Amino acid sequence: MSALTITDLNVDLGRPVVRGLSLTLEPGKIQGLAGESGSGKTVTSLAVLGLLPRTARVTGSIRVGETEIIGLRTGALNRVRGRRVAMVFQDPSASLHPQLTVGHQLTDHVRTHMKLDRKAAKAHALELLERVRVPDPEAALGRYPHQFSGGQRQRVAIAIALACDPDVLLADEPTTALDVTVQAGILRLIRDLADERRLAVLLVTHDLGVLSAIADDIAVMRQGVIVESATRAELFINPQHAYTRELLSAMPGSPYEEAPRVD
Amino acid sequence: MTLPRTQKTSRAPGERPAGDPPAGRSRPRRTSPLLGYLLRRLGTSVLLLLGVTIVTFALTNLVPGNPVAAALGEGAASNPETVAAYVKRYGLDQPLPVQYLTYLGNLLQGDLGRSLATGRPVTTDLATAIPATLEIAVLTIIVSLLVATVLGTVAAYRRGMVTDQVVRVVSLVGLSLPTFWLALVSFNFFFLQLRVVPGSGRLTATLTPPPTVTGLFTVDFLLNGDGVGFVDALAHLTLPVFVLSLFTVGLLTRFIRTSVLEVLGSDYVRAARAKGLSPMRIVFDYVLRGASLPILTIVGIAFGALLSGTVLVESVFAWPGLGTYAYNAARNLDLPGIMGVGLVVGFIYLGLNFIVDLLYGLLDPRVRLA
Repeated sequence: MSALTITDLNVDLGRPVVRGLSLTLEPGKIQGLAGESGSGKTVTSLAVLGLLPRTARVTGSIRVGETEIIGLRTGALNRVRGRRVAMVFQDPSASLHPQLTVGHQLTDHVRTHMKLDRKAAKAHALELLERVRVPDPEAALGRYPHQFSGGQRQRVAIAIALACDPDVLLADEPTTALDVTVQAGILRLIRDLADERRLAVLLVTHDLGVLSAIADDIAVMRQGVIVESATRAELFINPQHAYTRELLSAMPGSPYEEAPRVD
Repeated sequence: MTLPRTQKTSRAPGERPAGDPPAGRSRPRRTSPLLGYLLRRLGTSVLLLLGVTIVTFALTNLVPGNPVAAALGEGAASNPETVAAYVKRYGLDQPLPVQYLTYLGNLLQGDLGRSLATGRPVTTDLATAIPATLEIAVLTIIVSLLVATVLGTVAAYRRGMVTDQVVRVVSLVGLSLPTFWLALVSFNFFFLQLRVVPGSGRLTATLTPPPTVTGLFTVDFLLNGDGVGFVDALAHLTLPVFVLSLFTVGLLTRFIRTSVLEVLGSDYVRAARAKGLSPMRIVFDYVLRGASLPILTIVGIAFGALLSGTVLVESVFAWPGLGTYAYNAARNLDLPGIMGVGLVVGFIYLGLNFIVDLLYGLLDPRVRLA
């Protein structure tokens, strides 16, 4: 069974932002979602968690396993959020609370969702920090986000997302705010986690280079619509849509010819 | 054909396991960063205190006419012996810098001179006036902060909806009503007409004040286990605190609403929602904590503003605090009294700023550990 099935999703935030989007995530696979800013890719991932503003009009279907997300009330949504679907945000220096220790942020939802006591939650947190390779996990629990480097912070954010062993991980530009040198480490970690935990990952990015490294399948989104969807190999070897070719030619060091601009 | 690889991804295979630079602090940890921070703040406060004493000292020398006559009053000033004794005691025959040092020396011994209005040492007068004012001010801040946090947070969560509009109008009204007018109106309405609360003084005349521990009647009554006295003291606080709170609630509500709105739009609150935490958990753990620093700043400012606001309110409710004392001192041209109040208010402001700085350090690890 698919981990996440999005069917004919439409999101209207005063203007249509996502139109007729359908996407399926399989366990252990990384689904890339590429597109320029404003193409609706972030809105799509927020819709999956029911995190869009109250004024947003959302139609279609988002199923996590058997659970339909659209129309769910907050209480029921909170049993999906963090527990079955988790999210990693773009900038870990903004997505971690500056006044709360890493330990607190790593355990509060664990204690809520998994009903662990303080001690068990802490042991669990230590394991997670070790898994995402944060050095000196014991000390890290008592530290605050500003005491970590950007890459370490994103590792912490990933550990928080994985804490309740979710089926689906939404990663929204998880490497964009990071130095080029640490991006690769984070991407590798996501790939490894997807493989070992049979995690279905939706990797949202504007950078096809990121997807070329780790995605299994890639969907290209433009102005709220998926214009092309294929396996990684197909997409890079034989891009069908003019916009995909344009994105590919925009990558640095691209072997593709300069494509005509799509307007 | 090979897959196109950007620079960043082509490094993946050879990357170190934890490919990020080492975490956190490279410097060895010093004894206590918070202590250092506090000592620095304390040093600044001491310098500022000296500044305050220079200003009050200058005041004595700026008074038109003879400072001795101003300090002693007309009667005593006509007696040459008294004048000579006064001049000697305060070193007024010495050059200004020496006079200042003498003044400072007296100050350190708690000698602020004798009040012309009451005939008692200013220090003795202030020892009863300060706790009286602090009792109103502290209670007002506590009540206002509680009310404003609820109103501001609810308004921010319901931004643009009816609740928000109502809260904004109410807080604007609280800010706009002149405090002295509100004091008179509520005195007239709640005390003279409805007779639901006492309207003047700290205590009903038939009760004796509690033995002084803190000087705050409510606290001292409680420490003494006197329930009747506590209720009476609290009843007397009701009107002044109500009047002062309306302004403070208005001020704090607007700021808290803005701060909470800002935090609600932050990534870390979105991340907390994405974790599936309950809305209450998010409000207390994430939202209010995030908004606590700007709230703390405005509470400090509001507390300072309260001290000046109490002058008029205390006069209306015959509250024997700093405001009433300052008012009487000014009316009687009681220079030692005025200087004493000026000094105390300066001290309180500085003390307040120090406490705010201390709380910053406690609330924000970036301040504490930087």
